Amino acid sequence: MKYALRRIMALVLTMIAVSFLTFAAFHLIGGDPAQAILGTSATPERLELLRHEMGLDRPFLVQYFHWLAGFVTGDLGTSYSYRQPVAELIMPKLGVTFVMVMLSFLIIVALSFPLGMQDAQHSEGKFSWVWTVIGQICMAVPSFFLSIIVSYVCGIVLRFFTPGDFPDMYRHFGSALHYLFFAAVCIAVPRIAMCARMLKSTIIGEMEKSYVRTAISRGNDRQAVLKYHVLKNSLVPTIAFLGQTMAEIVGGGIVVEQVFGIPGIGRFLVSSIATRDYPVVQALVVIMAFWVIMAGTIADLINMKIDPRLRLGGGE
Amino acid sequence: MMKKKIWNGYLIAGLVITSIVLIWIIVGQFYTPYDPTQMTGAKLQAPSAAHLFGTDKFGRDIFSRVMSGAGTTLLVAVATIGIGAVAGTLIGALTGYFGGYVDEVLMRLNDVLTAFPSILLGLVVISILGPGKYNVILALGIVFIPGYARLMRTAFASQREINYIISAQLMGASTARILAIHMLPNTFSTLLPALTIGFNNAVLAEASMSFLGIGVMPPDISLGYMLSESQGMLRTAPWYALSVGTVIAVLVFGVGMIGEGIQRIGKEDL
Repeated sequence: MKYALRRIMALVLTMIAVSFLTFAAFHLIGGDPAQAILGTSATPERLELLRHEMGLDRPFLVQYFHWLAGFVTGDLGTSYSYRQPVAELIMPKLGVTFVMVMLSFLIIVALSFPLGMQDAQHSEGKFSWVWTVIGQICMAVPSFFLSIIVSYVCGIVLRFFTPGDFPDMYRHFGSALHYLFFAAVCIAVPRIAMCARMLKSTIIGEMEKSYVRTAISRGNDRQAVLKYHVLKNSLVPTIAFLGQTMAEIVGGGIVVEQVFGIPGIGRFLVSSIATRDYPVVQALVVIMAFWVIMAGTIADLINMKIDPRLRLGGGE
Repeated sequence: MMKKKIWNGYLIAGLVITSIVLIWIIVGQFYTPYDPTQMTGAKLQAPSAAHLFGTDKFGRDIFSRVMSGAGTTLLVAVATIGIGAVAGTLIGALTGYFGGYVDEVLMRLNDVLTAFPSILLGLVVISILGPGKYNVILALGIVFIPGYARLMRTAFASQREINYIISAQLMGASTARILAIHMLPNTFSTLLPALTIGFNNAVLAEASMSFLGIGVMPPDISLGYMLSESQGMLRTAPWYALSVGTVIAVLVFGVGMIGEGIQRIGKEDL
């Protein structure tokens, strides 16, 4: 419990550090927001007035804490190009991306565990290389290239869905889910191969340890040893790995949303970078980073539940 | 006697595939069948004997374009891995071996950096530095450091309490010697596959960034840039996207097989 508390404290500190780094980075590159809003033809007096209104004449740290307080209370600032609160713009898009990423994550978890275990058990088999090669192929095809192929084959040739015609998720959840499924699969395929491979090599490494030899030589069933001893020990690194995978799913989503024309935060991020809409970019960068940190922390907390050694503070 | 079996099917297949692709790419830096930037034939020609990968909407030979553009991708990937692995190993070795306060601070900083998906971090760095070949290398190099640092930290920390390290310490071996001579070789089984995975991630990351229009910029062409270019011709010249994507996939597949092979060295018979 004490360790869990420490972990959550670390989470909060990391979040603050992430937000600070992001704020500082955009403070450096963002240019003058007042100029961005009023345009180049604005008079110096008006610029000065707006700067004062926005608090841009205050010290950097004051601005940061002001922004952070706003962020915590749901005020993410105002978009330059849409003249609307960033939070209002982001919310519906965040929902879409959330559903897509979680769908992808579920597919990864559901498939990589059975595949990894299967592969580990048959690693001595004659045809195990076939699985390894298939795994390598899955990892080698970039998810956006896969997206192009899938949207062409499933969308244009087979007509399973209409690429570019994303239904309103908040009205037609079912058909939106159907559409997102294809994108989620494209993000998931390389990660499934990676997670399965990771689980497999952990299991094989674990099988060589002496407690396994002891358990088997005492007459335990190989299958049972795998299930009750090895899998439990292999879970910890695999769950940690799954937590890290979240970063790649969120990142991969940015590109895949672009190919499929899904109105999520990734696509919004890219278009906001193009229009230099920094309040939006900054908010999205921080949200994505928070998302990833949360996933890592949840993975750590689950691992602490599984492995008592972690709770006693023996290392990370 | 224990004899390590070095060669296995994966390693051989990976080396053969990768060598063929590498030789093809390296030749492409000096010689291409056509000028990759000039109009060489009819526009939007399907693949034929004269144009193996066809031509694009400007009549440029795609085979020659891919051959020369892949060089940029290769340069970016190798340089990125160099930066990430060297810096990551140094940080990982020091924090893993010493632990304590420095370890805690660096690992928290590491947590902060790993919180940004690599494309996102690359994107933030690029928006500070501006796009271009060398900035992509620098951006991705920085992005890759935390991953290697974390991995190598675990590899080094796991040996800290093992008897041969304690013996070496008791015998008065210097820290540098312990780290470089006693510990580093034992991390190779972790590092080498991570290098091959890292190379592939670098190729894919460069491709993603250039695909989004925030990576390699003309006059340099890379595989990712060409993929984004081919998006606009998907309906008129689908062979463009297909050949560029396939070249990326074959390169990544070959290196992945090498990684797979390395992990299996000495595992087969004892």
